[in-house]
Amino acid sequence: MSDIGFVRKDMLPEQAPPASEVGIIGWVRENLFSGIGNSVMTILSLAAIFYTLAALLPWVFSPTWNAGSLNECREILHAQGKEGHFAGACWGVIRERWIQLMFGFYPSDLYWRPIVTFGLMFVAVIPILFNMISRRMNWFLLAVVILLATFAFGGIIAWVLRILSAAGAAYLAYTLFATDKADRAEQIAQGAKRLPNPLIFSALFPFIFPWLLWGGSLWVPIGAILGFVIGYYVYAALAKTVGGLAGLIAGPLAAIIWWLFLVGTFAGVMESIIPLSIEAVESRKFGGFMLSITIGVVAIVGSLPLGIVLALGRQSDLLIVKALCVGFIEFIRGVPLITLLFVASTLLNVFMPPGTNFDIILRVLIMVTLFAAAYMAEVVRGGLAALPTGQYEGADSLGLNYWQAQRLVIMPQALKISIPGIVSTFIGVFKDTTLVSIIGLLDPLGLTNAIRADANWNGVVWELYGFIAVLFFVFCFSMSRYSMYLERKLQTGHK
Amino acid sequence: MTTLTDPPKESFQLGMLIYDTRYRSMTIQIVALIGFMLLIGWLISNTAQNLATLGKEPNFGFLGEPAGYDINQRLIDYNSQSTHLRAAFVGLLNTLLVAVMGCATATVLGVIIGVLRLSKNWLISKIMTVYVEFFRNVPVLLWIVFTMAILIETLPAPRAFRGDNPEATMKLFDTVAFTNRGIYIPEPLFSRGLGDISVFGAFGISIDLLVILAALFGGIYAARKVTARANRIQEATGERPTTWHINLGLIAVPTLIVLVALGFHLGYPELKGFNFKGGTHMRNSLIALWLALSLYTAAFIAEIVRAGIMAISHGQTEAAAALGLRSNRIMSLVVLPQALRVIIPPLISNYLNLTKNSSLAIAVGYMDITGTLGGITLNQTGRELETLLLLMLCYLIISLSISAVMNWYNESVKLKER
Amino acid sequence: MKKSVIFGALTVAGLAAGAAAAGTLDDVKARGKLNCGVTTGLVGFAAPDANGNWDGFDVGVCRAVAAAVLGDPAAVEFVPTTGKTRFTALASGEIDMLARNTTWTFSRDVDLKFTFVGVNYYDGQGFMVPSELGVSSAKDLDGATVCIQTGTTTELNLADFFRANGISYEPVPIETNAEAQQQYLAGACDVYTTDASGLAATRATFEDPGAHVLLPEIISKEPLGPLVRHGDNNWGDVVRWTLNALITAEELGVTSANIGELAAGTDNPEVNRLLGTEGNLGEMLGLSADWAKSAIMAGGNYGELFEKNIGENTPIALARGLNAQWTDGGLIYSPPFR
Repeated sequence: MSDIGFVRKDMLPEQAPPASEVGIIGWVRENLFSGIGNSVMTILSLAAIFYTLAALLPWVFSPTWNAGSLNECREILHAQGKEGHFAGACWGVIRERWIQLMFGFYPSDLYWRPIVTFGLMFVAVIPILFNMISRRMNWFLLAVVILLATFAFGGIIAWVLRILSAAGAAYLAYTLFATDKADRAEQIAQGAKRLPNPLIFSALFPFIFPWLLWGGSLWVPIGAILGFVIGYYVYAALAKTVGGLAGLIAGPLAAIIWWLFLVGTFAGVMESIIPLSIEAVESRKFGGFMLSITIGVVAIVGSLPLGIVLALGRQSDLLIVKALCVGFIEFIRGVPLITLLFVASTLLNVFMPPGTNFDIILRVLIMVTLFAAAYMAEVVRGGLAALPTGQYEGADSLGLNYWQAQRLVIMPQALKISIPGIVSTFIGVFKDTTLVSIIGLLDPLGLTNAIRADANWNGVVWELYGFIAVLFFVFCFSMSRYSMYLERKLQTGHK
Repeated sequence: MTTLTDPPKESFQLGMLIYDTRYRSMTIQIVALIGFMLLIGWLISNTAQNLATLGKEPNFGFLGEPAGYDINQRLIDYNSQSTHLRAAFVGLLNTLLVAVMGCATATVLGVIIGVLRLSKNWLISKIMTVYVEFFRNVPVLLWIVFTMAILIETLPAPRAFRGDNPEATMKLFDTVAFTNRGIYIPEPLFSRGLGDISVFGAFGISIDLLVILAALFGGIYAARKVTARANRIQEATGERPTTWHINLGLIAVPTLIVLVALGFHLGYPELKGFNFKGGTHMRNSLIALWLALSLYTAAFIAEIVRAGIMAISHGQTEAAAALGLRSNRIMSLVVLPQALRVIIPPLISNYLNLTKNSSLAIAVGYMDITGTLGGITLNQTGRELETLLLLMLCYLIISLSISAVMNWYNESVKLKER
Repeated sequence: MKKSVIFGALTVAGLAAGAAAAGTLDDVKARGKLNCGVTTGLVGFAAPDANGNWDGFDVGVCRAVAAAVLGDPAAVEFVPTTGKTRFTALASGEIDMLARNTTWTFSRDVDLKFTFVGVNYYDGQGFMVPSELGVSSAKDLDGATVCIQTGTTTELNLADFFRANGISYEPVPIETNAEAQQQYLAGACDVYTTDASGLAATRATFEDPGAHVLLPEIISKEPLGPLVRHGDNNWGDVVRWTLNALITAEELGVTSANIGELAAGTDNPEVNRLLGTEGNLGEMLGLSADWAKSAIMAGGNYGELFEKNIGENTPIALARGLNAQWTDGGLIYSPPFR
């Protein structure tokens, strides 16, 4: 027996991991060459990437930006010693036509209108989509967009707007810099007035949007807004005197009568008293990406209320209402969009009273809106289904009636859950707008045919398709990234 | 003393239709129904009035008249003297053909890409991500036009195969020709064929095909019996008899015998005159549409598959491993059956989308039903209302049948709660 | 929400349509614009340039009508139509006239109820093949792959032709001329068939036009002309006589260059009647006296339009052929202005 023992008192110093396990080499070994199969796949992929780029890049980098026709392109490439079909791209066509691909035949002195519209649209969706931006920031952005817009036209109104918006922007910028979030919260707690909710602008935007794009009298959108006001007051008056349901019926009825029969007269009369109109642009001048975006936005905004109604109808216990809604949704979802567009182009006028005639873009807008509504209904239904039953029961236990429960409890939550779905419906509709080229509208894809019918550019294929594909990709990709971000954000709220 | 009195009789008042919840829902429904009827009536009366002014009263008589145009790809007999109805039917079969081919390919591709996106190989998973994002975010119509342009521009024309020293040659031991008019592959021929049987006198079905299918399905049925028996033995004794060679024999031998009896041989394509003759011609329009639709839809399916696999918690895999299952059995017995439940509902809607998107065939000149009934027939007869109604009806029936079949399948794999 | 505005616009449109059921001519005058249906793009006949201005032979007819009715050749809205939408657009009143190389056929006239007001181009369906194929007649095309544009009379003519000659072919239907051209050049089809004018126009833009030949067979008659709806004879007359004025102007030697001089009065009574210095033809049509003068000044007479858009000095380089004046052995013939 011996009492000699060995106990280590201090730890061995840590050794650096072998060089092959860390750094770039380690990463490469781990992620690219972790086994024979993996190594083979990596090498094959690298070869595929190399060949694709080797074929594509020389074609893309071709000095033909200034060419005025396909023949000039061929000459430029010929001078460089490149021959044949895939010698190089002919970018001259993009230089000459990109504005057309963007705006179609919209009058060139009015390009500011679509630009401002889409700028304002961005400001209008911010409070809906990004609720982390402060009210001050939102109003500031609006003032800046209006300020920039005023430089597109002249006259007294421009100056008034310019000064007002500049002052507003300066004031908001000052408060933004001067006080930070905490200070501001304190001020509000002490009774400082909050800025109005920017959602007010978002609600007004659907009326500003068509007015800016199509032009005409400002009194038409004002009349349209008045319809809501009239409807509301009729409802309020009747709800007090006769009864809630009578008001609920008479209010919308009054609004509909106003919209159908009186708005035109109202706008005409007011216009003759105070003329407030901008140059009208016919919808057949719309084209290119502007047309795609217009169709997409109108369809989504228009389909949202319709989709909510359909989704509620589909969930309701009323058998006939449910059957009608299900029938409509399944019918629209069961047929391809192109057949609906054929209906728009050849039949919609036949369904209307004799003598009615509204132009093809309006008809397409109607059909695409109906199409989107069916999909929107399913998205909203998903949102409704995702709400826990407790919410419905809670609303009931508070004594809210059906519409109050929907308005105050159910819809705000269901719609919030549905936003990613709504965004992906929008992406889908936006991509599907290319189908209108088949019925002869000049969206980007339709314009490629018109451009190739120009003797100078007859025979150009890849450059145009590539340009359009890249633009669509940029737009849709950023939208889908945003929607994914939103999904993650919403998920963390629940778990 | 008390007297029993009847509860006071409620007298029915008109106001109760609105204020009494017992009647209110009925009232709302009837109002909705009347409103709907009025709307439909209004539309129909407008339509009737407008069509009467145009002198085009609805009439389906045109379907019986000769179509007058030719269709290149036809699965049943058709020539320019056949009726418009038959042309529509040829188109319908073409739609179904591309839809079935597209769904199958898109599923296979989608599953592969979805699994590869989860690969440990960084490069592969990145490439797959790029693929998915590229295809999802560019309109499908653009992809169809693109694919067609690529096929036309990169593959050799048949005339390049001509001459003593041709620029292009047939591939795979001179059996397959890739041209920019399509792909010519060997076709099955029967030297002792049994002919066709005629169905309703409208189109023929090859008896040879029926006999082969009968032999094949008979073999599969027998093989399943053997497997079932093997399962019983395994349950009883724990030993599983080897069955794969019996199964293979049961499936292959009868089919082979039938093939030999019918005098099966392959007909190879050959360059004659302007085109390749013989063999089966898969036209470019079909290939472009099929490829574009599959590649586009595969990107969506890949996402669904990925989400489905990721939805299965890792504990399932570990538990299966703890039971001693090998990794491919873990996949087939544990992960996939559970993932399927998540995958199938969105997969259905993607199949539906693919079928509906096949109507874009018109962009590459593939004669599907939109191209025949909704295209040339509509143009030549000017019967918009009738043709579009029929067209929508066809698509509606296809869509509803696909959802019905897939929903039935979904029911059968659903988690059975006990 | 947007709906309301659309409904508002709808009401206004409905009211406008109700008020103006009087006649197309009054409609056009009230609107101050002519709505003219054209193709979505065909070299030489109608295509928009980078600024969105339309140009071409069919476009010239539209401009002439606009000038005759409204005095302003720019007062035209061009509505691009496809083979499928063109007739509905006209029937529904979306467009006032269609000038979209449309063939005058019995069924379009009688069954679809349109009035063809005349012929501005006599065409026929032809075939183009690469010269290296060594084909000299359409009857040698047995087994060939043929590219055709769908939605036109061409596919019916083609089916009839091959059937009548008992030879087989493989049709490749294609939606637009640009795609047909792409397929043909790549050799995906052996033959391209469409109207001979279209073939010539297409061939003219090839890198090497000499490597392609037009076959001698013309398998159909394709009289192309502007058309209007049945039932409005007044408007039909306006379009018909505007076209005739262009033709007559060429026959009488009235060009956009000398018209100012001739309008002052000449010794030729027919020229005077045409240009409105004598008689009251304009008034009979419901137009101003100098309607024909405006129409001719819009883009020149028939011959000038032809030369400028599709004639031999353009890349399309079509010969007058059948479309020469009857005095030069062609078919272009206008009834007299009397």
